[in-house]
Order: sequence, then structure tokens, then C-alpha cells
Amino acid sequence: MIKAGSTVAPADAPAPAVRLPRRRGIELALIVLAVLLSVYGYCDVGLAKNGTVPPGAAGYGAGLGVLALVAHLAVRFRAPCADPLLLPIGVLLNGLGLVLIYRLDLETPGDRAAPTQLVWSTLGVALFIVTVLLLRDHRLLQRYAYVCVVAALVLLTLPILFPAVNGARIWIRIAGFSIQPGEFAKVLLAVFFAAYLAANRNALAYTGRRVWRLQFPTGRVLGPIVTIWLLSVGVLVLERDLGTSLLFFGLFVVLLYVATGRVGWLAVGLLLAALGAVAVGWLEPHVHNRVEDWLHPFASIEAGQGPNQLAQSLFAFAAGGMLGTGLGLGHSILIGFAVKSDFILATAGEELGLAGLSAIFLLYGLLVERGYRAGLALRDPFGRLLAVGLASIVALQVFVIAGGVTGLIPLTGMAMPFLAQGGSSVVTNWAIVALLIRVSDQARGQYQNQDQYEAEGRV
Amino acid sequence: MTRHLRHAVVFCALLLVALLVNATRIQVFQAQAYDDNPANRRQSIARYGQPRGDILVGGEPVTGSRDSGDRLRYERTYRDGPLYAPVTGFASQEYGTTFLEEAEDGVLSGTDPMLSGFPLWNDFIRAQSPGGDVVTTLDRAAQEAAYEGLAGRKGAVAAVEPSTGRILALVSAPSYDPAALSGNGPAVARSWARLNGDADKPMLNRAVRQTYPPGSTFKVVTAAAALDSGVVTDLDAPTDSPAPYTLPGTRTSLTNDADGCEDVSMRTAFEWSCNTVFAKLGVAVGVEDMVATAQAFGFNDAGLRIPFSVAESTFDTSVDKAQLALSSIGQYNTRATPLQMAMVSAAVANGGQVRLPHLVERRTRAGGTTIATTGSRPLRQAMHPSTAVRLKELMRDVVTEGTGMNAAIPGATVGGKTGTAQHGIGNSGTPYAWFVSWAQGGRDMTPKVAVAVVVEDADADRGEISGGGDAAPIARAVMAAVLGSPAGGGR
Repeated sequence: MIKAGSTVAPADAPAPAVRLPRRRGIELALIVLAVLLSVYGYCDVGLAKNGTVPPGAAGYGAGLGVLALVAHLAVRFRAPCADPLLLPIGVLLNGLGLVLIYRLDLETPGDRAAPTQLVWSTLGVALFIVTVLLLRDHRLLQRYAYVCVVAALVLLTLPILFPAVNGARIWIRIAGFSIQPGEFAKVLLAVFFAAYLAANRNALAYTGRRVWRLQFPTGRVLGPIVTIWLLSVGVLVLERDLGTSLLFFGLFVVLLYVATGRVGWLAVGLLLAALGAVAVGWLEPHVHNRVEDWLHPFASIEAGQGPNQLAQSLFAFAAGGMLGTGLGLGHSILIGFAVKSDFILATAGEELGLAGLSAIFLLYGLLVERGYRAGLALRDPFGRLLAVGLASIVALQVFVIAGGVTGLIPLTGMAMPFLAQGGSSVVTNWAIVALLIRVSDQARGQYQNQDQYEAEGRV
Repeated sequence: MTRHLRHAVVFCALLLVALLVNATRIQVFQAQAYDDNPANRRQSIARYGQPRGDILVGGEPVTGSRDSGDRLRYERTYRDGPLYAPVTGFASQEYGTTFLEEAEDGVLSGTDPMLSGFPLWNDFIRAQSPGGDVVTTLDRAAQEAAYEGLAGRKGAVAAVEPSTGRILALVSAPSYDPAALSGNGPAVARSWARLNGDADKPMLNRAVRQTYPPGSTFKVVTAAAALDSGVVTDLDAPTDSPAPYTLPGTRTSLTNDADGCEDVSMRTAFEWSCNTVFAKLGVAVGVEDMVATAQAFGFNDAGLRIPFSVAESTFDTSVDKAQLALSSIGQYNTRATPLQMAMVSAAVANGGQVRLPHLVERRTRAGGTTIATTGSRPLRQAMHPSTAVRLKELMRDVVTEGTGMNAAIPGATVGGKTGTAQHGIGNSGTPYAWFVSWAQGGRDMTPKVAVAVVVEDADADRGEISGGGDAAPIARAVMAAVLGSPAGGGR
């Protein structure tokens, strides 16, 4: 039995020469802090809006606490060397997201999203626990690379059979639940890209012809991956989900670059991006509108039609200023449609201010950094690329949506990881964190447990 | 691979920095511009998120706030809206504010830094002070008397306390209920359109924002100038003036409504309002002294605030002798607000000194703590004190035996001056009936009230309308209300 923060090895095990601390005790402490912060936020909303602590505060805290604790136990038993920051960050962001959604629910009494989100969070944590318990070694996934890609393509294609919701065909509705299969496809595609590139990276890097100072790969190795990529992007353009399309493209380019180190890939990537942008802009008038909105966010005000969503979002951020209005005291509800999903960050920006917003960005930054750190420490290429891919999904997704709602880049609909309303997104993010936990456990444990693994015949 | 992985890390770090820099740009550097964007409703939401402070008359609020339950939560309500509309103005969520609601908006809406004990700290924690109250100088009884007196007519009344400049009554008729404009939505828009389209202009504040030719009431100013400059030294000496009087340099001949104005004394001329005598006196005084006296009374001053602005009353400064003659009897380009004429009457009553009028006694926090009191207002000497004594005598005579007998109050000393101002091309417009007066109660040391009343009555025959007939009874009611009410007489 291994105890939290234990520095005393079992008496019969040989003492390893270098031993990274496991830091499970720190993880537990940070989880408690994350839960307390979330409960505090929940109470704060109630106090600000109604002057009383909301009746469900104890239940909410207990629920979140139990979930986090069970997840922690799963990590403690099955991934004892995992990075101690990953799980607390996930818990804190998810808890904060629930607080923000609950806060916005108070403005829309007819449409309560927080209870559903809590159910999805529970499912997400359950998936996390199952993944940590059952997936003992991430290399197992490498064997199922082609299963993953087929599953991803099926998931991406599925919503075409269902009616469009709000102009985008990305949802499927089953028994009252709406699911966004593209969210799950992200993880599956990352697994496939990592596996394929790990297997073919030498061929990609060192064969092919040279044009000027750029090395281009042969069609034989490039073919499958570009086909897959084109298929996924094509499906997305048909479904009008440009944020995810951008995310896949970015993921693809980052992984290619990390795997091969060829600048030529960046050139090809940028060329493809430019072509894609022109094509999409030509085919899709509403993409053109998004770009116009980004360049002139106040055009609709000048035209006398009132502020559009982006302008309202900018107003919300501006109203927050340095320290924010305080939870429950902002007016981000003026954004209207999608205020709990795509624009959830505006509520955080208005009510928690630049200070709170920066803290949230840094939390994401830390999550990504921990993923990359695991990738750097790992020795097997698949694990490295998987860690980089998963971390990059989070990084790109945060950038695309946060940049969109703050007017840095054109707005494309996408869920803020963990914060935004959206069941599929929360479940997917917990799966990402579970895989990162698994990868980081391998990365941090590979040195200290090598002897132990070998002794137990588990390599 | 490690090297390229580090490149990817740097790339992600750059994305993070871009987000942070952009967030800082929006939330710190551009924040003010976004907050002030007219399409951003947050300022309105904050403004109407708490009850507005009240405007008080005689210790009682004449305003209130109603929780509408909408996003713009509190709406203004008015008790006796039409009665106090020329004072309060309106506070509309759609159309802004006017008059006291506008001038005292900082206090009423709670944004005035004086309201918070620790302004910087309150800014820091974003605390909003509850709206403060504005205590007016109005005398409820006088206001009601003036409003009832003007019922069904067009006109205005302004009453001030001569020794302090406190405005006791400010009424404009016809009036409107400002509560009709308080909220937002189609009903308010309809009210707005209706009030603006009304031919009677109910939203026009005739007491301070409308100027009228003062007619014969301006003879008070001309008399003061003539006495001050020494043109007239004896009230009872003949003034050597012909009737009719040919305007200098023209062949236009000026006549009188009354008979027997030829070569009369100033006392008689004032009592019976002889145009010929005062036109000639004005010419004898000269442009320079006439202008100086008029300006000392407050004419040609566009900067008067009570605390909302008052329309400029005018006395033309570049005139030839004929024009000066007409100007001196309150015609040509001479125009005055009712408040200005009340100031003229008050100056006579107050020994020749003009106290600038004001409407706000003090401003208080929501709890009642005074944060600011209107101190002693600036003072101007409009005429020599001895001139004032003699003018008081002249004005008293008007009420006791002249054209203003309708203003007499038993047991009180009352002085007044009537006026019937013709206007329009060839005097085709309906004449305005004027009456300016002051009153001193039997046990008062000084006059307690000075009033100006103007009635523009389109329905009456031209002959019937006269200062003594239409305006004087209203002035009497207002003066009696002030003398009789404890607020006016005992302070």
C-alpha cells in the first residue's frame, strides 16, 4: 500500500537511487482548495443576488468534493506518480464553470443549465476514473490508432443526419440529451495523429524531395494523413463548425512539426490555411460576416441596430476592469444567446475582472505546460506526441474561443474547456485530463519505478 | 524532437501572452471608452438600479420611485406632478432629465462624490451611494395658490423672498405630469410625442425659459434709472412731457391708454402708467445709464442659474433715441422672464439690492445629513437705497389708488405695478397681462415676498386683458399665501 506523500518505501523494496516525490498529498490539498473556492463562489453568487447562501450550497460542495475525492483516490491507486497539478486544475475549472452557469441561471429562471451541467460533470469524472483505472499504459492506445480514426470520422459524420441547430449541424439529440460528437472526435484524432506520426516520422522527415530550402515528403507517407485531415475538415465545413475545423488544423500542424521538425511543414500548413480560409470565405457568407464583425465590432451600433454579441461581450469585459464587479453583480446576460456556452468567459471577465481572467488563463496555461512537461520527460515517441497533442488541443481551444470573445481573432463558436455549458465538452476534457494523468504518471514514474516494474514483470 | 517540442511550448506561451495582453487592453486601457459607449446599457442599469433621491418641498417629498421589476428597475414617480413640473422637470429613462432633475442629477442619482464618506474607497469596492435628497426653497402654499390662479390659462408666476433670493413659487401653465415620461417603452414614447406636439407647449417652463415684452412693468426700472441719475429729483414735480409724445427723430407719435398724462408728475405717471412720460424719461436718462440700471437688475445676463439655467432677459444696448424711448416702456427689444421681473420687484422691496435667486436650500444624504447648503448668494446694488424707498412709495400708491387695486391685502403693505404688453407685428398679437408686486405683512420688518405674474390669454378680448384685472388677483393670492403660511412668514 502506498501512502500519500510517503517518503518511506516498503521495507522489502530496494531503495531507488533517484526518487521524484509523488506529491499525492499536495494534490489532495489542492483539490480541497479547489472545492472550497468553488463552494465559496457558489455562496458568493447567492449572497450577492439574494442576500442568502443558496440552499443547495452544502449539497453542491459535497457533490463536487466527493467526485474530486474519488478521482483523487483513483489517481492515488492507479497513477501514483502522476503530475499533482492536473486533477486540481480540472476540478477548479469545472467547479468555477458550474458557479458561472449557476450565476447566469439566476438571470434566466426559465432555462436552468447548471443541474444538467452537474450531471455531465459527474459523467466526465466517471469517465476520468474509468480511464485512469482501466488504461494502465497509454501505449495500449497506439494499437487502436485506426479504430480511433474510423470512430472519429463516424462521430464527425453522424450529425449530418440530424437537423441543424442554430445554423450548425454539430449536435445529435437522443432522448432529450444533445450530444456534440465532434468533441469526442478531437481526442480520438489526437490519438491517431500521435500514433501515425510516431510510426512514420522518420519517413516523413528524411525522405521526399527538396524544393529550394524546404524538404517536402513523398506522397506515399503524406497521402493517408492529408486524406484524413481533408475529410475531417470537409465534414466540419459542411457542418459549419469552423472553430473545431481550425482546432483540427492547428493540432495537425503542431504535431507534424514536433514529429518531424521540418519547417517545410509549417510552410505547407500555412499555405493550406490560406487556401482553406479563402475557400471557406468564398463558400460561406457567414464566415465573411464574422470577419467583418471582428474588424468592426461596433458597426451594428453605428448602423442603429444596437450592439451585436461581440460588442456586448467587449462591453462586459470592459465593465469588469481590474478587479471585476464581483460574482452575481455583472450584466453579461445582455450578451443574450450563447452567454452560458461560447461567451461564458465574458461573465468571468466582468465579474472577476482582469485579475480573475488572468488567473483562469494561467490555470489553462499551467494545464498545458504540465502536458508538455510530461511529453518532454517521456521517452517513447507516441507518448510524447500524445501528450503534446492533448495539451495543444486545450491550448488552441482556449486561444480560439478566448481570442474570439475578446476581439483578438474572428469569433468562431467553441466551448471554453471546463467552463462552458456543454456536456460533450466537459466529458471530453475530463478524458483529456485522464490521458494526461496517465501519460504524466508514466513520465514521472519511469525512472523510479523501472526496477520495480521489471521486478514485477510489468514492462 | 525535444527541440521542436520546446518550440511548440514557446508557441503556446506566445498564445497565452497574446490573450493576456489583449485582455489587459480591453479591461484596462479601452475600458472607459467601452463603458461610455452609448449602446452599453450598464450605466443606465446602474443608474436605475436604485431608487432616485427625492426633491422636497416644505419637508415633504414631491417625488418618489417605483420598482418596475424590469432591467431598468426604478422609475420616477411624482406627487402633484403638474404643480411642480416647472421645478422638478422630468427624469425619463428614455429622454433624459430636465430642470432640477437635471441640475441636481449627481445628488439624486447617487453619483455625486459628496454623497460617499470615502469616495476613493467606494470607487475601489464599486459601492454605489444611495441617492441624496434635494430640499427646495419653495413655499407649498404659494406654489398652490399660483397654480390655482393660473388654472385654465396660459402664463407663469415667479415669487422670490427679496432679502434672500429664495424662490418661493415657480409655476407655468398649462403644465403636464412628468410621470408620463418616467419609464421607457411605447407608452412613454406616445406621451413624449403628444407633449411635444401640443400647441399649448405644456413642457415649456414659462417662468424661466420664456421671455415676454415686460411692457409697463419695466417702468419700475426706468423710474429707478431716472431717480438714480437725477433726471427726476422730486416725485411730485411736473415732468414737462407732452402727450402724445413724438419719438425723437421720427414722426411716430406715442399715445397713452389713460387720459391726462400731459406734463404730470412722476407719481401720477407711475400710478396711471403713462407711456409718454416714461418714454421721454428714458431718453433723458440716456442709453448708458438705462443699460447700466437694467443690467444691475439682471438684464442681459445669460449665465444665471437657479441651479438650472434661466433664459436671458434682454435690454438692447445699441439703440437710437426712438428705440430707447420704446425700450424704456418695455417694448422694442426689451424682453424679460417672469423670474427676472420678480427680481426687479424684489430689488425695490429689498432696499435696492438684488439677491440672485435660487431654488435649492440644501442637499442631503439619504439619511438626511446635510452635505451642502446654498450659502448667501451674491448681491448687487441695482439702485440707490433712497431711490428704492421712493420706488416703494410709488408702487404702494399703484395698489392703494392706481391700476393695481386688485392686489391689495388687508393688514399688509403691498406695492405693485401693472403691465399690458403688446407684441407682434403692428401689435397684432394677443397682449400679455403683467403684474409685479411685493408684500410686507403687518408685523414683518421687511417685505417677505416679491411676485411677477404674466398671463397670456388667447381667448380674452384685447381690451379686457390688463395687468390689474387678470394678473393682480393671482399675485395677491400668492402673496397672501406667503404672508399667511408659517414657512413664508416666520423664517
